[in-house]
Amino acid sequence: MQVPLSWYLVVAAALFCIGLYGVLSRRNAIGILMGVELMLNAVNVNLIAFWRYVEAVRATMTGQVFAIIVITVAAAEAAVGLALIIAIYRNRRTVDVTEVDELKL
Amino acid sequence: MDYVLNLWVRLATGLYDLFLGWHLPEWGAKLIIDFIIILILVILGVLAVIVLTPMERKVIARMQDRPGPNRAWPYGLSQAFADAIKMLTKEMILPHRADRLIYTAAPILIVIPALMIYAVLPFGPQAADAKLQLGATNLNVGVLYFVALGSIASIAILMAGWGSNNKFALLGAFRVVNQLIAYEVPMILSLLAVVVLTGTMSTQRIVEVQSIPYLIVMPIAAFTFLASAMAELNRAPFDLLEAESELVAGYQVEYGGMKFAMFYIAEYVNILSTSILFSALFLGGYKFFGLERVAPVLAPFIVLGKAVSVFFFMLWTRGTFPRIRLDQLVGFAWKFLVPLTLVNLVLTALVVKLSANPWAQAGLLLLGNLITVAVTFLILGLVERRQKSAGSVVHGDPQEGISVNLTPAAER
Amino acid sequence: MSMQHVVFIILSAIALIGALGVVLNRRLFRSALFLVLSFVGVAGFYILLEVELLAMIQLLVYVGAIAILIIFAIMLSRQAMATDDKVLNEQWILGGFVAVALLATLVYVLVQVNWPVVEAAVPANSIQRLGESLVSPNHFVLPFEVASVLLLVALVGAVIIAREK
Repeated sequence: MQVPLSWYLVVAAALFCIGLYGVLSRRNAIGILMGVELMLNAVNVNLIAFWRYVEAVRATMTGQVFAIIVITVAAAEAAVGLALIIAIYRNRRTVDVTEVDELKL
Repeated sequence: MDYVLNLWVRLATGLYDLFLGWHLPEWGAKLIIDFIIILILVILGVLAVIVLTPMERKVIARMQDRPGPNRAWPYGLSQAFADAIKMLTKEMILPHRADRLIYTAAPILIVIPALMIYAVLPFGPQAADAKLQLGATNLNVGVLYFVALGSIASIAILMAGWGSNNKFALLGAFRVVNQLIAYEVPMILSLLAVVVLTGTMSTQRIVEVQSIPYLIVMPIAAFTFLASAMAELNRAPFDLLEAESELVAGYQVEYGGMKFAMFYIAEYVNILSTSILFSALFLGGYKFFGLERVAPVLAPFIVLGKAVSVFFFMLWTRGTFPRIRLDQLVGFAWKFLVPLTLVNLVLTALVVKLSANPWAQAGLLLLGNLITVAVTFLILGLVERRQKSAGSVVHGDPQEGISVNLTPAAER
Repeated sequence: MSMQHVVFIILSAIALIGALGVVLNRRLFRSALFLVLSFVGVAGFYILLEVELLAMIQLLVYVGAIAILIIFAIMLSRQAMATDDKVLNEQWILGGFVAVALLATLVYVLVQVNWPVVEAAVPANSIQRLGESLVSPNHFVLPFEVASVLLLVALVGAVIIAREK
């Protein structure tokens, strides 16, 4: 445990903010989804780092369970999100989010 | 004599002490020995290609009543060297407007996970002082490591399909990844049955715990794992998408020379690692009626012998069955193997909970497996009988057999 | 500067270069491959934190399933092999500013807090304990079951949404 906890947290924060930039500024819907996946990864790194440095002494697994549930939710959300993107592509022939901004075709 | 019997362990400790004698720090000596082990495992992987390729061609040729390659020096057995020289002299092309980085990286990325799997394969018993085991490492999630690396290969195949800038290569890559993803689920579920029975995911522990080979205790898990592994490796009868005589080799179509050789090498390295894993999980690994306790030096050879016999079984399957169509293949995975492996997993969990005595568990599991097999055949027979009586067999469907009933159901 | 520090720096370089490649690259397929690189870097972090089970789960689920799903969606949602022309939308400056501001704030706070770190080894049979916490009524069986229902709903929903009418 020679690496200080704050190093892990800083790297996780960096991953989160890079993912946030991806979500806020990309046009392609799939690019936005990739940013979301980056943010979820950053959250997981945070959870596991805290588990290792703070909770491992108590021999409970709350951090790891939390991380597994987050991975599960990320997988489910990626599946549904990508299905939606494919359905939108079939209807509008584009996945550019600046062009899919009205309900009327 | 004792030195020879424990040769590998004695060599390793001797080298370690030698390095310590040269005043290397402890972690440095360990690092060098780890590098030597990695080198040996990589050489083993390459040896897989050199030994298995001519063996495959000769054995299948004999099964098909023909001589097979017999020009390369001793009766065709150095055929791999001939293939290597041929592939090295071919031109390496770059397709027009292909993404150069992706096109070049794909063959490299497909060999890396294939070689990495060798790190968790157990080649021998744990030494008495528990500091060394024959094998690279004793990872306590070894089985999951194998599955995870197998799924990385799909990314490399998609890269190969995309990087070729060729619609047909892309479609071929899609279909191969379809097959790979479909067969990951039964493979994981059948491995889970073994893990539930043993209580650990470490491959070394699983071999140590097997007093009876798991092939006899849980034949369903062994069969489904072998079938799924053969589909994951794109071996016959599941090799519609990359067989030499079909479809111009799918996603590999734009690759020539050494890059194509990389795909070839990755396939055979994967075959050997999967055979060794199957023998470790289901055939008892390095155990051979107690021989490995008397002479641990023989343990790696026992493992390789069992792996080669598993490979022979795969060749036997290849020479016997025709190829399965892609939709039948995927349907087989989802509609047959997944329910079967799920039932097997529930059965195993039930038996493990019912009794703690390993012999009672083995007996109950074998009984349960046989009952499941009988019920499966019953259900398959019922399904087939109902399909025949409903006249739902379409002309041209490979299920129809010799007598074809073409009259529609209403007129019968 | 021990071995762990060096490995940490290498892994964070891999993860962060991968993440930057995802958001800055013009071509979508290359973004997906950089995403895979980032996932592998994060898996390396898990191994460094001595939770190998989660590292393997990360590789299996993220690289072996989600990344492949993303690549499939990329290929199914473009005309032929066209490359993208415009990557950023109208608010990219504001988005960049928000991300940088958030990063600065977080880093400023994170390096100053005195975290209640406890030096301890990972519990011996952590995988068994993890399994028990996931299905034990005292611990986390409810989130586990809800997650499995969520997966079922996502599976059915994704199939229905993406189906050809």
